[in-house]
Amino acid sequence: MASRYIANTPAEQREMLRTIGASSIEDLLVKIPPKARLSRPLALPPALAEADLIRHMRALAAKNADADRYVCFQGAGSYDHYVPSPINHLISRGEFFTAYTPYQPEASQGTLRTIYEYQTMIAELTGMDVANASIYDGASSLAEAALMAHAVTERTEIVLARGVNPLYRRVVATYCDGPGIRLREVPAPEGVLDAEAAGTLVDKKTAALVVQSPNFYGCLEDVAAAAEIAHAAGALLVVVTDPVNLGVLEAPGRLGADIVVGEGQGLGVPMSFGGPNLGVFAAKAELVRRMPGRLVGATVDKEGHRGFVLTLQTREQHIRRAKATSNICTNVALCALMATIYMATLGKQGLQRVGELSAAKAHYAAEQLTKVPGVSLRFAQPFFKEFALRLPKSPASVVAKLAKQRILPGVPLKTYDRTLADCLLVAVTEQRTREEIDAYAAALAEAVRSPQRRHR
Amino acid sequence: MSAYDKLVFELSSPGRVGFSLPESDVPGKPLAELLPRKFLRGAAPALPEVSEFDVVRHYSRLSRMNYGLDTHFYPLGSCTMKYNPKINEDMARVPGFARLHPLTRPEDAQGALRLMHDLAGMLAEIAGMDAVSLQPAAGAQGEFAGVLMIRAYHASRGEKRTKVLIPDSAHGTNPASTAIAGYEVVEVKSLPNGEVDLDALTREVGPDVAAFMITVPNTLGMFEPRIMEITEICHAKGVQVYMDGANLNAILGITRPGDLGFDVCHFNLHKTFTTPHGGGGPGAGPVGIKAHLEPFLPAPVVVKDGDTYALDDKRPKSIGKLQAFWGNFGMLVRAYAYIRTMGADGLRSVSDNAVLNANYIMKRLEADYDVSVPGPCMHECVLSARRQKRQGVTATDIAKRLLDLGFYAPSTYFPLIVEEALMIEPTETESKETLDEFCDAMIQIAREAQQNPAIVTSAPVTTPVRRLDQTRAAREPNLRWSPTR
Amino acid sequence: MANVPADLKYTREHEWAKREGDRVRVGITAFAQDQLGDVVFVELPKVGAKVTAHQAFGVVESVKAVSDLFAPVSGEVLEINAELPQKPETVNKDPYGKGWMILVKPSNAGELDQLLTAQQYEEFVAQGGGH
Repeated sequence: MASRYIANTPAEQREMLRTIGASSIEDLLVKIPPKARLSRPLALPPALAEADLIRHMRALAAKNADADRYVCFQGAGSYDHYVPSPINHLISRGEFFTAYTPYQPEASQGTLRTIYEYQTMIAELTGMDVANASIYDGASSLAEAALMAHAVTERTEIVLARGVNPLYRRVVATYCDGPGIRLREVPAPEGVLDAEAAGTLVDKKTAALVVQSPNFYGCLEDVAAAAEIAHAAGALLVVVTDPVNLGVLEAPGRLGADIVVGEGQGLGVPMSFGGPNLGVFAAKAELVRRMPGRLVGATVDKEGHRGFVLTLQTREQHIRRAKATSNICTNVALCALMATIYMATLGKQGLQRVGELSAAKAHYAAEQLTKVPGVSLRFAQPFFKEFALRLPKSPASVVAKLAKQRILPGVPLKTYDRTLADCLLVAVTEQRTREEIDAYAAALAEAVRSPQRRHR
Repeated sequence: MSAYDKLVFELSSPGRVGFSLPESDVPGKPLAELLPRKFLRGAAPALPEVSEFDVVRHYSRLSRMNYGLDTHFYPLGSCTMKYNPKINEDMARVPGFARLHPLTRPEDAQGALRLMHDLAGMLAEIAGMDAVSLQPAAGAQGEFAGVLMIRAYHASRGEKRTKVLIPDSAHGTNPASTAIAGYEVVEVKSLPNGEVDLDALTREVGPDVAAFMITVPNTLGMFEPRIMEITEICHAKGVQVYMDGANLNAILGITRPGDLGFDVCHFNLHKTFTTPHGGGGPGAGPVGIKAHLEPFLPAPVVVKDGDTYALDDKRPKSIGKLQAFWGNFGMLVRAYAYIRTMGADGLRSVSDNAVLNANYIMKRLEADYDVSVPGPCMHECVLSARRQKRQGVTATDIAKRLLDLGFYAPSTYFPLIVEEALMIEPTETESKETLDEFCDAMIQIAREAQQNPAIVTSAPVTTPVRRLDQTRAAREPNLRWSPTR
Repeated sequence: MANVPADLKYTREHEWAKREGDRVRVGITAFAQDQLGDVVFVELPKVGAKVTAHQAFGVVESVKAVSDLFAPVSGEVLEINAELPQKPETVNKDPYGKGWMILVKPSNAGELDQLLTAQQYEEFVAQGGGH
């Protein structure tokens, strides 16, 4: 049967073949040796008409506990933040949505301008000089930062705080294996960087010290102190951060960061089971020629009008090939566009409100949840919108119980750190209501109540 | 055209808001009392202050300064700019997919995991591979993962191989990804027709070579007729063979990388499988492998046990993780919807028509432009503006003139082995009328190059801006807006 | 053929070398800057660095091309043209004069004699050695 995605009719195919001087499409495939040909149809499920496809896809989607039907307190690198309605409408415009990387700048000023706006806003939020037009996600941004620090300093070790998202640390390990960069970790027994241990580990071999703030456990790190440790040894300071928090939290650039990376998903990008995400990457001006990824710059056209182009491209793989600063080619421009529209919509006041509301609700939630007998905060550190709770019952069993009440109570930490097997990481954004938080506290109380007490 | 020339910052008015957030419904202290001062921002970030309608109109106007596939024919070679079906967008936005948190326990994410499992299986069948990882976020990351798996494989056998062979016609990501994976890149010269020089290859493959990386069909749009000999020559020396799947759109249901002898191949879901290009990503670059590389797959892997799906992260030989979570799931949903829409016959018809359309363009333009290699071609053809250059008209000029005539440009100056290259990939989703209009425009430009080259060299004149000063952009980088400018 | 001063020596990678007493001044030829187009960036070694004949000592970039700079002779870098990073266009405007790149104290004076003469370089370029 004819496909709605292919225009040629059999009559048109014949006409085109006549022009070409071939008798059939087979004639055009003569360079493929017969023994290389597939002699049977591909074994794929039968084609579905649109209505059948929708039915099938909705049935699959219905098996997922999404944040519309469930109340989400999960974070650990992906957050249920407010997404203003215009974002989806605007990114869905075909002129943005179906364009490619802006290789012909005269026909791509829309994309180039939005990226320039994005670079400006990210540089402003992070307190850095330049930001690129995005990398795949926060983890690969950190990996690129590690490679860049290695290239800039010509040193061979990266020191990572244990407060850095453990999933990110695994990605850094994958990327650093080829160049032979050694990774060392600084413990965080109290939930934040052990400064003394860091001071010992960071030395002349260290390309960069990496800290995350707020860190994986939700705790705020003393970034300025980390900067001193790194800089005293001539190393760079790389800070992992969540830009959505930077409406109220101090810009890492003002605290001494040389490179700032992070996950920008909170800036209007759907959680979408973890991808596509938005890798934020910003650096000091003097490091710009070592930066990975696309950069957009302002210039003028031949009549003197303002215009925008991809620039400093000699860093990139299509020119420098094996010596490129990175292998990144396409980026996540559409997610950067979502973030740009988000930051424009929220603006100066909105991003502050998001931060204030998230922090207020997270602290209220921490207070209510720790009223449950046996439940306490794991770390006695200042936190922002996320915190680790110690539970008297296995966190996995609590998650299973609360799922029945359509509450996603958080992320059990056992997989990431065995010493935290009794802990649950709870994130509270501005999206959560007091009613939801109270219901969570009540459900948690029920879930951790010990059976013996009922007999009394 | 009176061009719109605003940036969102220039629309800002102090106190204006574009958001809607509730008042706080929880009791508690203000932020300044909740957190020590040293953690708090001294001054509010200088983001724009605009209304919601300001935002909507601004970005709508900016969008009109772009050529997109929905509005213009986009014959960008090697990029497979085919129609991005709207139903796929609807499906990716279903809350059960779009609003699913990545760390939701597998019991509560069975639909998502099943979709991933089945998509990996369908891609494996399409490519003739034994397993597929959906984790790579883009083609370049798929390459990186593939090369790392090859490296881990050799290491597991106690072999120390240090070089990867790559033809001079390859995409730039091939050498870049390989270098980051820790290999020395050795460039292999192609024959003038773009095919692999078997003698040169035979000379180069040796005990120090880990892999040969090649694009099929090649970057000149031609199928390598001796591809099976090539993979045999490599395997005889213990060399793994990697296929860059950028051009997979040409061979769906016709031949399969796995059957050709490839050990690894990546897929560009944003090319062959219709996920949108989005102005330069996000895409997705799953990587397929033969069974001997299976232990090294990026972790975790989606597994099926009975009727239950899970993420298997206990894989001691894995090359590790490539991104924080499981892959560009939103793109996987779209590609899955596409494959389920097309079925086997539909996909075969995709390649048949992609090849037909490319050959039609090549035939119609062969009198006016030099053809880099005689046909038939596969899904794309590479022309050369060598002849036009003698009149002072370059490939860039032709590209710019096309913009004036209502078409996006072909890829230019790639592959590097063709002088003044114009790489044209029409895809199967374009109609004969569109191809004819495009060919008519190309023929018109060839005539203009002879009769009135200034029209071509001064193009474009209809776009929001004219040719831009790239030198100034690079010499005096201006990478962020500031109010003083 | 572009400007090829007779008193200089040349490499096949299009650098020129000029003997100045016991030192050698180095830059790129007029042909090289013409092939590159507008130079937008020059990366030079630090003063005191050691360079080796036929090996890269720096990088010159135009908008869409990168070229390694190859040392005509081995030795120690005594001076660099500090103006170039700010004014890369000087390489285009005056490749043999203000566009010079490094001043080297050669460790093996014989290397200079092995370079191409102006006439040999012109022939090399005319035979398509530019690509």
